[in-house]
Amino acid sequence: MLVFEKGAPGRGMQILPKCDVETVSFGEDVSRAEAPRLPEMSESEVSRHYSDIARRCHGVNDGFYPLGSCTMKYNPRINEVTASLPGFTEIHPLQPENTVQGCLKAIKDTEDALCAITGMDAMTLQPAAGAHGEFTGLLLIKAYHEARGDKKRTKILVPDSAHGTNPASAAMNGCSVVSIPSDEDGYVDLDALRAAAGDDVAGLMLTNPNTVGLFDKNIKEITNIIHECGGLCYYDGANLNAIMGVVRPGDMGFDVVHLNLHKTFSTPHGGGGPGSGPVGCKEKLAQFLPSILVEEDADGLHMTKAADSIGEMKNFYGNFLVVIKALTYIASLGAEGLKEASQNAVLNANYMMHKLKSHYTMACKGICMHEFVMDIGDIKDATGVSAMDIAKGLLDYGIHPPTMYFPLIVHEALMVEPTETETRETLDHAVDVFIELAERAKSDPEALHSAPHNTVIGRPDEVKAARQPVLKYDFAAE
Amino acid sequence: MGSYVPGTKQEQLAMLSEIGLSSMDDLYVDVPADLKLQNGLDLPEGKSEMEVAAQIKELAKANKVYDTIFRGAGAYRHFIPAMVGNVVNKESLQTAYTPYQAEISQGILQSIFEYQTMICELTGMDVSNASVYDGGTAAAEAVAMCVDRKRKKALVSATVQPSVLEVIKTYAFGSGTEIVVVPEKDGVTDAEALAQMADKETACVLIQSPNYYGTLEDAQKLGEIAHGVGAKYVMSTNPISLGILKTPAEYGADIAIGEGQPLGMPIAFGGPYLGFMASTKAMMRKLPGRIVGETTDDDGRQAFVLTLQAREQHIRREKASSNICSNQALCALTVGVYLTTMGKEGLKEVAVQSASKAHYLAGKLEEAGLKVVNGGEFFHEFVTESDKDSAAVLAALDAEGILGGLPLEGNKILWCCTEVNTKAEMDKVAQIVKEVK
Repeated sequence: MLVFEKGAPGRGMQILPKCDVETVSFGEDVSRAEAPRLPEMSESEVSRHYSDIARRCHGVNDGFYPLGSCTMKYNPRINEVTASLPGFTEIHPLQPENTVQGCLKAIKDTEDALCAITGMDAMTLQPAAGAHGEFTGLLLIKAYHEARGDKKRTKILVPDSAHGTNPASAAMNGCSVVSIPSDEDGYVDLDALRAAAGDDVAGLMLTNPNTVGLFDKNIKEITNIIHECGGLCYYDGANLNAIMGVVRPGDMGFDVVHLNLHKTFSTPHGGGGPGSGPVGCKEKLAQFLPSILVEEDADGLHMTKAADSIGEMKNFYGNFLVVIKALTYIASLGAEGLKEASQNAVLNANYMMHKLKSHYTMACKGICMHEFVMDIGDIKDATGVSAMDIAKGLLDYGIHPPTMYFPLIVHEALMVEPTETETRETLDHAVDVFIELAERAKSDPEALHSAPHNTVIGRPDEVKAARQPVLKYDFAAE
Repeated sequence: MGSYVPGTKQEQLAMLSEIGLSSMDDLYVDVPADLKLQNGLDLPEGKSEMEVAAQIKELAKANKVYDTIFRGAGAYRHFIPAMVGNVVNKESLQTAYTPYQAEISQGILQSIFEYQTMICELTGMDVSNASVYDGGTAAAEAVAMCVDRKRKKALVSATVQPSVLEVIKTYAFGSGTEIVVVPEKDGVTDAEALAQMADKETACVLIQSPNYYGTLEDAQKLGEIAHGVGAKYVMSTNPISLGILKTPAEYGADIAIGEGQPLGMPIAFGGPYLGFMASTKAMMRKLPGRIVGETTDDDGRQAFVLTLQAREQHIRREKASSNICSNQALCALTVGVYLTTMGKEGLKEVAVQSASKAHYLAGKLEEAGLKVVNGGEFFHEFVTESDKDSAAVLAALDAEGILGGLPLEGNKILWCCTEVNTKAEMDKVAQIVKEVK
């Protein structure tokens, strides 16, 4: 039942005291004709409504979440405690600089740590999410070329295995997108890359490890090819969880990187956000960063702006409380802990892949990084059971499905990312379920076509939702 | 060292051995040896939970928490009912991913559907998306919705929040959209100038009301000028004001946007906040980001899903209306809980009290020797001017633990009141201001 179907006229809570000054009213010409139809409920009704909402959700606390490319690791509780301190939540963003020294220190400490992890020289925490970071990074690249008077660079090279946000970010930047094919092993096709590299290329966007779960061993050659043609290299940090403390984007030859604090640095996804998408860059791009930069002198910390800043990416300084959570995480794990996290993320993925490879076809043959892609194509040919059917089958076991139908270069893809925070028992159980589903595909494909069976709803009619959009509650139907 | 890796060293070795490897290094065979980090990360050692809690608390203590705030300018301290924190800290809501798997995400999907309904109720618009990052990016995205091949220029009023204008300009640098600022006259948008600037290449006119100075714009007239040249009309507004003031829809807006922070989010040094975006049905398919729709499942039961995804980056890639993927879902949930808890009367009460207190403070400050210079009616923010040095005024307040208004150019100050400010506080402010020479 929707919140609008609950409560009764006149019901409500006493949240505010009576107004202690004379009340003002506005003329009819500027007043709304009718009050917004908001709920009128008692506190206990509201409490139950949202408990009901929460019951029909699946969080990382509810069970295994091997959602590829999303890094659904455990979200530590201490992060929530530190981010709730009034010394952060009650600070106005436009307070005098000398009254926000703790916030500035938190920003600076986080920036320094992220620079150390990525091998970059400067960092901004302003972008609110990964895609926002991509847009920011590409604007830095654009500003860099324009500042040198080089205005013909309008192409962004993007591998065909890339996330959809990459080409969309390039388009928002006024660039055309050139798709670079992957070779049969899933690596960037070097010949195709060389052929596309020219003096009209602004840059390359790449994630490494790539979306098939492979570390591209030609990475240095790839970044060299781009630099030789005068372009810059952009690192999509979606898959950073595989390599912290092992290898850094800056050392691979990347000039700009964005990170997802809500993936790699354990901040919760919140059902879709808020995230945080810091952008790091090499020295030659630092002059273009968006605000703010934190600088230190004898008087303390100061907010400054970069000399040739691209401008503001959003109001104020980013999703600050998310940054506090990530800083708490980095402080907890430290240098060794971050490396341990990455190693175990890779170990868990390889462990699962190893146990599943005699039951499912793997898109990559050797050792994978923190995730692996299963190709359900042959199962589908033999039984009619699709990647979607397997995914929906998992729901009946309380396991969140892997990412489906991505990367696009594998047609019936299931992308599995267990993360480092799962126990061996959890992995073993998930492996058993996957194997059971592979068996059922042969024995009872119908059961999977109609899965899930134990969830609060069955498969929704998405076509109907799109063709006859109902996007808000219909009060008239009351 | 803190760690969230459950496996013991023995377990890790056993797992390595099971896959035919002997050490963690063996997992990284594809990483060229000369690229590998030789001496580890240049970071401190990890710490226990107790140590980390103390370390971060030290940072928080290095900030000054003002008991009393009379500063808004884009971030507003309202009272946040206890229910809000209680709900948004429920782990199942807080740690869930984007609800792509509808069967196990009905709760989140329903909460977004309820949020969309509430935003439509507040703004009077037909369709709301599931949120964008904040009020600034909402404005930039709104401009992008209006631009097409023939109309590549956006007229933005000088009276919008300055950082919002900056964000619009940054996005426009990417897309190549021309942004022209419509000048202000007496603290409101210069309608005559707008009428001269608007032409057939104008994609949209974007205004904010109450504007940056708190003043209500002549939103009817400005909208008519926009529509007169066939441009879209984008209106940014404070959602609290919509408890009582005329809606963007009533003013004829094609797109309503704004900063959702006042609806239950703490000021939190600038984020996370929430950008709300709602449009007419005609512009529905140009809205960026996620949208939840109602449908039925295979048994005919009511169900909610992410819909109209053909607009989005994961389907359309470079042809998407925006690159947005992660949004501010938990903040949208916050808005839902806030508005449900405050309720129909409660939101109105917040609006009335905020405006009433602002008018009371304005009167008291005039008695104390400042002059209110808004060019028209204001909501809960206003600007004063005087011979008194703003820095001296604000320092005197600061000494009493009060964060005064935001200093603007000259000796102008932008003040804000909300329902949390008491008469006693305001009387005290006036007394302190009066004593500043």
